Amino acid sequence: MESGIWVLALLILHSVFEGIAGQEQELNHRTERISGSAGDVLEDDPVGRLKVFVYELPSKYNKKILQKDPRCLNHMFAAEIYMHWFLLSSPVRTFNPEEADWFYTPVYTTCDLTPNGLPLPFKSPRMMRSAIELISTNWPFWNRTEGADHFFVVPHDFGACFHYQEEKAIERGILHMLKRATLVQTFGQRNHVCLKDGSIIIPPYAPPQKMQTHLIPPDTPRSIFVYFRGLFYDVGNDPEGGYYARGARATVWENFKNNPLFDISTDHPTTYYEDMQRAVFCLCPLGWAPWSPRLVEAVVFGCIPVVIADDIVLPFADAIPWEEIGVFVAEEDVPKLDTILTSIPIEVILRKQRLLANPSMKQAMLFPQPAQPGDAFHQILNGLARKLPHDENVYLKQGQKILNWTAGPVGDLKPW
Amino acid sequence: MKQTARQHPNRRPYSAAVPGEAAALRPPSFLFWSAVHGLCCLVSAALGFRFSRLLFLLLFSPASHHHHHHNHHHVHLLHQPPTAVIPAPPLLRPDLPPPPPPPPAVAGRVGVGRHGIRVRPWPRPNPAEVARAHKILARLRQEQRLRYGVKDPRPVIVVTPTYARTFQALHLTGLLHSLMLVPYPLTWLVVEAGGVSNETAALLARSSLPVVHLPFHEDMPVLWNDRHRFEARMRLRALRVIRERRLDGIVVFADDSNVHTMELFDEIQKVQWMGALSVGILAHSVAPDATAKRQQRASEKETSPLPIQGPACNSSGQLIGWHTFNSLPYAKKAATFVGDGVTVLPTKLEWAGFVLNSRFLWKEAEGKPNWARDLDEVGISGEEIESPLDLLKDASSVEPLGNCGKKVLLWWLRAEARYDSKFPTRWVIDPPLEIAVPAKRTPWPDAPPDLPYQRIANEGGNVEKHVSKKIRSSRSKRSSHNKKKHETHVDTQVSDMSNAQEK
Repeated sequence: MESGIWVLALLILHSVFEGIAGQEQELNHRTERISGSAGDVLEDDPVGRLKVFVYELPSKYNKKILQKDPRCLNHMFAAEIYMHWFLLSSPVRTFNPEEADWFYTPVYTTCDLTPNGLPLPFKSPRMMRSAIELISTNWPFWNRTEGADHFFVVPHDFGACFHYQEEKAIERGILHMLKRATLVQTFGQRNHVCLKDGSIIIPPYAPPQKMQTHLIPPDTPRSIFVYFRGLFYDVGNDPEGGYYARGARATVWENFKNNPLFDISTDHPTTYYEDMQRAVFCLCPLGWAPWSPRLVEAVVFGCIPVVIADDIVLPFADAIPWEEIGVFVAEEDVPKLDTILTSIPIEVILRKQRLLANPSMKQAMLFPQPAQPGDAFHQILNGLARKLPHDENVYLKQGQKILNWTAGPVGDLKPW
Repeated sequence: MKQTARQHPNRRPYSAAVPGEAAALRPPSFLFWSAVHGLCCLVSAALGFRFSRLLFLLLFSPASHHHHHHNHHHVHLLHQPPTAVIPAPPLLRPDLPPPPPPPPAVAGRVGVGRHGIRVRPWPRPNPAEVARAHKILARLRQEQRLRYGVKDPRPVIVVTPTYARTFQALHLTGLLHSLMLVPYPLTWLVVEAGGVSNETAALLARSSLPVVHLPFHEDMPVLWNDRHRFEARMRLRALRVIRERRLDGIVVFADDSNVHTMELFDEIQKVQWMGALSVGILAHSVAPDATAKRQQRASEKETSPLPIQGPACNSSGQLIGWHTFNSLPYAKKAATFVGDGVTVLPTKLEWAGFVLNSRFLWKEAEGKPNWARDLDEVGISGEEIESPLDLLKDASSVEPLGNCGKKVLLWWLRAEARYDSKFPTRWVIDPPLEIAVPAKRTPWPDAPPDLPYQRIANEGGNVEKHVSKKIRSSRSKRSSHNKKKHETHVDTQVSDMSNAQEK
């Protein structure tokens, strides 16, 4: 009698579990859970795991710059501004700096724009230096750690090297004052001067509203095999080719301009977003810098990104398993790109599409206004939270000094 | 090495080790080079063209002269082996110590500088790869349809009335190809007037679709009005077969000369019992002359550019009526018999614009609505079936499809060859032609003297003039033009005649 009851209970439990497993399987059929090297962390909630103190800087560092040129809100470096706004009203913000784990300095270094809209980085080192001088004199927290528990958002081309030309950027190196701080930047390339250990790589800003308005019905067939719109030769700066994109984009053009599977051109169509949703693969080759908003657009529109940039480090690489989602092609293999793409097994392609269809993947690439759970702001905070608790050597002993305040090019030492 | 790299126009592969030592050497060289730069600017201003420091290099370093030429020509590094670029040897400066040779590019480290553009020797698509890519696309399409398309698609039953004539191959091949593209299981019921013929059977055998070839043992009439009614009876015959065999699916009335989009077949999956679609009517005349154009423009101002038959909805998406075809503007130019060179007009509501759930036709079906008439009662006692609405007791429960009729998913067209046209059986010329002689008067030298249509025409006296004019007009292409010209002169009589016939 008793054994019968146990058997019955076991049977009921078994059927319940199978029901749950069946549902999960159905979910898996549609999308797949994304878990990177740090685990299944895309949907983690950073609230309660860290506290951020936001320094109150005079408005000449942030508000006045934005007032002078409101175009900064729409270009691909707008993440620094939106991160500031997000932190001001976020639950992780604390007004008590003694209990803060991380300190944020809101200085908009990428907002000095040319008439064309491109940011000039020439004053940025001085601006950053001046901001750091300010916080180190008005608050004791910078000197306590020489910046090791501070983070800065530097979304420009080569991050805190503050130059758009790679040679000059390498020559300058990362701003000396930021040697110990955590940098939140879009630039990521392994073994490169401008990427320091422990940096958090973020996607460039792409306007979420604009992308939402260009969505097409999901049953529209994906009939374009490979899609790319952009420059192959930068005629203004490098007419012969070979410097721009390390020759990779020119190689793509020369090899595949006659290939019907490749829909590539330098057009600027108004249906750019719609076309991406009709393509299976979207090329994301490097340009003057290895990163580009194309990756964000490809992920949002479900097109498998084909990343052609050697040694690139992609955003949130510890939370997102990019190897499983995108296709990586070495720059020297570009002439064989068609062979590579057509010989990917169909199950692999289907799996990549399922991973891309996962809404948390798309959400992690965006900076929506107002912030939503799982978006890029939260991923940055998750990244910062994963670096806690701080090491002991973060806190300097009495009288210990590591940073040299006179290091760097002479031009940087001038006050801003 | 740092200084030379700065003014040398070609950059070299750079490694991260150098920035430290560069800083120390910069102050004295900086002054020197700014002085040189200023001098060059002055000289350029004097000369009127850009006198760059390159000329200095050319003058002062004859040893590497040929390297400059090499680098300044537009050398596309095509077909270069894919290795790191060999750096140019350092230039000799007369006043500075010789710089150390640049470090070789470290394997695995991405270098700044000029890289080659690698082009395959034959940069053309490989057909095997293209075929693989298309397979991938087809599989992905299938997956997409599974995920986002219609859930539980129902099979489609297509009903087509046809008969053997010149343009049958044209129309039926088009319809056949459209149906072969439909992604749902399909059954094709082809009802043929005049019994089963080899022509039709040969055409249908080309498709890989399951076809039910039904004979209808009466000949297709010649006059268009009769023909429309005749086709309705043929379709009823097919519906009766569906009822007998209890075929399951959605019934589509696809006439062989109509044009169907693929979205049509996705849209009809939504039908519950009976649905109505918007049909675009392609009824404009073939060759307008001056008066016809004026008439057309006048009529176009009143009506929409493409006449459409279909459901009319109110703002909340409910069916309130029907858009039908306004045949008044075309009254003078309407074709009366098959093979006439003028526009063929549709009936008020064409069968093609309706779709049925096949269970609607069954004797016994669950949930069959009570506003359906039993098929056995329809059309028996000489009742005229004009449109599928006659199968219903109450026409208000028809579901409007295609965004309530706003989307036109198929087009109605009737185009037939000249009444005396001929075609080789099964479109095979056997035995092969020996001599081809151009015809002077009629296209077919052995045309029978007394065409069957002439006999009918003679009964209505006035049309005799009509017919005789036609025999006079010889070239087939121009005949329609001439006919129209004659018609407009003879308009009153002909219009009386045609109006009488239409009624």
